[in-house]
Amino acid sequence: MEKQINGAQIVLQALRDNGVQHIFGYPGGAVLPIYDELFQQEDIEHILVRHEQGATHAAEGYARSSGKCGVVLVTSGPGATNAVTGLTDALMDSIPMVCITGQVPTHLIGADAFQEADTVGITRACTKHNYLVKDVNDLARVMHEAFYVATTGRPGPVVVDIPKDVQFAMGDYLKPTAVKHKSYQPKVKGDMDAINAAVDLIANAKKPVFYTGGGVINSGPQASQLLREFVKLTGYPITSTLMGLGSYPSADRQWLGMLGMHGTYEANLAMHDCDVMINIGARFDDRITGALDKFSPDSKKIHIDIDPSSINKNVVVDVPIVGDVAHVLEDMLRVYKSRAVTPDKKALDSWWKEIESWRDRKCLAYRKDDKAIKPQYAVERLYELTKGPDTFITTEVGQHQMWAAQYYRFEDPNRWMTSGGLGTMGYGIPAAVGVQVANPKGLVIDIAGEASAMMTMQELSTAVQHRLPIKIFILNNEYMGMVRQWQELLHGGRYSNSYSEALPDFVKLAEAYGATGIRAEKPSELDAAIKKMVKTDGPVIFDCIVTKEENCFPMIPSGAAHNDMLLADDQGLEVEVSDEGKALV
Amino acid sequence: MSEQATATHTISVLVDNEAGVLARVIGLFSGRGYNIDSLTVAEVDQSAHMSRITIVTSGTPQVIEQIKAQLGRLVPVHRVVDLTVECESVERELALVKVAGKGDARVEALRLSEAFRARVVDATPESFVFEITGNSEKIDAFIELMTPLGLQEASRTGAAALARGPEPM
Ligand SMILES: Cc1ncc(C[n+]2csc(CCOP(=O)(O)OP(=O)(O)O)c2C)c(N)n1
Ligand SMILES: [Mg+2]
Repeated sequence: MEKQINGAQIVLQALRDNGVQHIFGYPGGAVLPIYDELFQQEDIEHILVRHEQGATHAAEGYARSSGKCGVVLVTSGPGATNAVTGLTDALMDSIPMVCITGQVPTHLIGADAFQEADTVGITRACTKHNYLVKDVNDLARVMHEAFYVATTGRPGPVVVDIPKDVQFAMGDYLKPTAVKHKSYQPKVKGDMDAINAAVDLIANAKKPVFYTGGGVINSGPQASQLLREFVKLTGYPITSTLMGLGSYPSADRQWLGMLGMHGTYEANLAMHDCDVMINIGARFDDRITGALDKFSPDSKKIHIDIDPSSINKNVVVDVPIVGDVAHVLEDMLRVYKSRAVTPDKKALDSWWKEIESWRDRKCLAYRKDDKAIKPQYAVERLYELTKGPDTFITTEVGQHQMWAAQYYRFEDPNRWMTSGGLGTMGYGIPAAVGVQVANPKGLVIDIAGEASAMMTMQELSTAVQHRLPIKIFILNNEYMGMVRQWQELLHGGRYSNSYSEALPDFVKLAEAYGATGIRAEKPSELDAAIKKMVKTDGPVIFDCIVTKEENCFPMIPSGAAHNDMLLADDQGLEVEVSDEGKALV
Repeated sequence: MSEQATATHTISVLVDNEAGVLARVIGLFSGRGYNIDSLTVAEVDQSAHMSRITIVTSGTPQVIEQIKAQLGRLVPVHRVVDLTVECESVERELALVKVAGKGDARVEALRLSEAFRARVVDATPESFVFEITGNSEKIDAFIELMTPLGLQEASRTGAAALARGPEPM
């Protein structure tokens, strides 16, 4: 029997044994024993954030840009409740995360003790799984299980709540290899009959489209490689969700751009008119489908997803395949090749011709302005001046997020970090912190809105402290632009509380934090200012003053179908949205 | 989707009997807006720390499929079986039914309880507590008959169910 160690040491040993090098956290009374152990070692670097929400988003950015598990350490009560937003965000976007929370000592649980919160109760609905560890001898097993559950199957956040007395108690450590889960055994290989049926459909398609999502990214770089190979082999068009950007190179001709509420005309019409839809790692989210009863009415649908509960949840499919994207694609490619399939060239030619005619609408075109900076132009210039394999983009939530998705282009996976499912303003700055920790040499840019940036601005202090040279590129339209846009289109232009009143001077704010502030107000000064930002060693706030009332197009209004899009030319038109549509978000 | 008819299903779930597992299942149902008509839970294998949760729910086939998939996704869940469609099953519920009354009503209540094979587990000069087991419809019928005869209150366990035949699920 090995010699016993205390609970806090068990936590540290378990982190080490699970390959953890960085954790994002904030101390407090109920985690002091763990912080004490952190102090006495050098294997694991702790990044001190300024708010626990920041720790969770930083862990998300870290995970999504590196493929590793993000790790968070916070105290009981307010520490844990502050982490709830990021846990929910990670659950919605399937991000692997282990969040360790301190808890009041076991004998005080239920006594409304100081800084007590029912953390497992509160986080039950926003984690993949959670644990309250009451016995130090369960701690090692639970820690390993937490990493296993967080990173396998459909990834997600796992909370381990550890009462302070358990952190002090002496117990046995158990190595991770000795852990096997009784009931949780996710399936990674797809059913071969279903894969064969899918290949039949794919081989005989006349108007096919690949619809790919975040599952491709989560499955790892291998999945993106296999996807590229398959798409090239078939010659079929491909689109992707917001979460899937980068899994297929945007420079390729078969790429139709992003689909969905603010997706391209060609991607959405291809989805609507296709005869075979190949959904790989996407979940028929409502931002994608629009009106369900009008969603791609004439297609046979194949759906590859690692989560059985995603199948037939929103859209009933013809060929469901439960499994990991990379595993399924590997089998699918093998079957496809072994059959020596020849796609119907004539049908495909006319399908592509149709697609090209939609492409010719140039749905992302916008009117340039030589006096004021258009937000679209700002992102286009940012892309031109910063693109490269070592550039990582995070975003906040709003119009700027959609413009970033539309005008910044990605060639590789793990370069694009955004809050898709939950739509969390305040995600981008802390996420950028996490991305920069995982990629110290990378150029990490948060494409932000001025309102969102204010939500977690304090994490700039984290960046300064840890010498993380993140760039916060604010598309400053002085509005909660996306809210304003909906108010313009759906609420008679009554801009209720959507003006960003009393904004700080972002240049001075940056300086107050010990960072660099840069402002651009005219198109003529934009390029030089961006170049200056890239050259600056430390963190930067870039205050990019853009036109205030620009709308984000194309747009499928709530409750409308894919073939019912608003394009930029429609600007100024009275938009008709059904009452049913208005009730949607 | 919406044109599909809703039907009642009995779902049997084997889970690790760990803290919070029932809250997970109930939270799933309330969080996703599924119905719970009844729910029973108790440890059924002490050495393996396993409990069986029996849930009677209703929904369209698509919703029932979702319920099964969502239950299957919970980490401590071992198995989920829809006893209504996947196999033949037997289902029983137990109820205690308190009836108070005098004279003819009291005699009639006792007579009916015999017809339903209910047992008297408590009696006073003006009341009975009956114990009755059967499927839920039988218990519904018994309670309805007792209502005009002085029904005071009832306590029901909810359905317990197992697949027919020699095999465990
Ligand atoms: C935490 C949070 N609160 C509220 C919202 C609702 N919301 C969505 S977009 C938006 C406005 C964002 O404004 P800004 O960051 O300036 O971005 P813009 O749309 O102007 O580019 C709001 C309030 C949200 N998504 N997240
Ligand atoms: Mg704004």
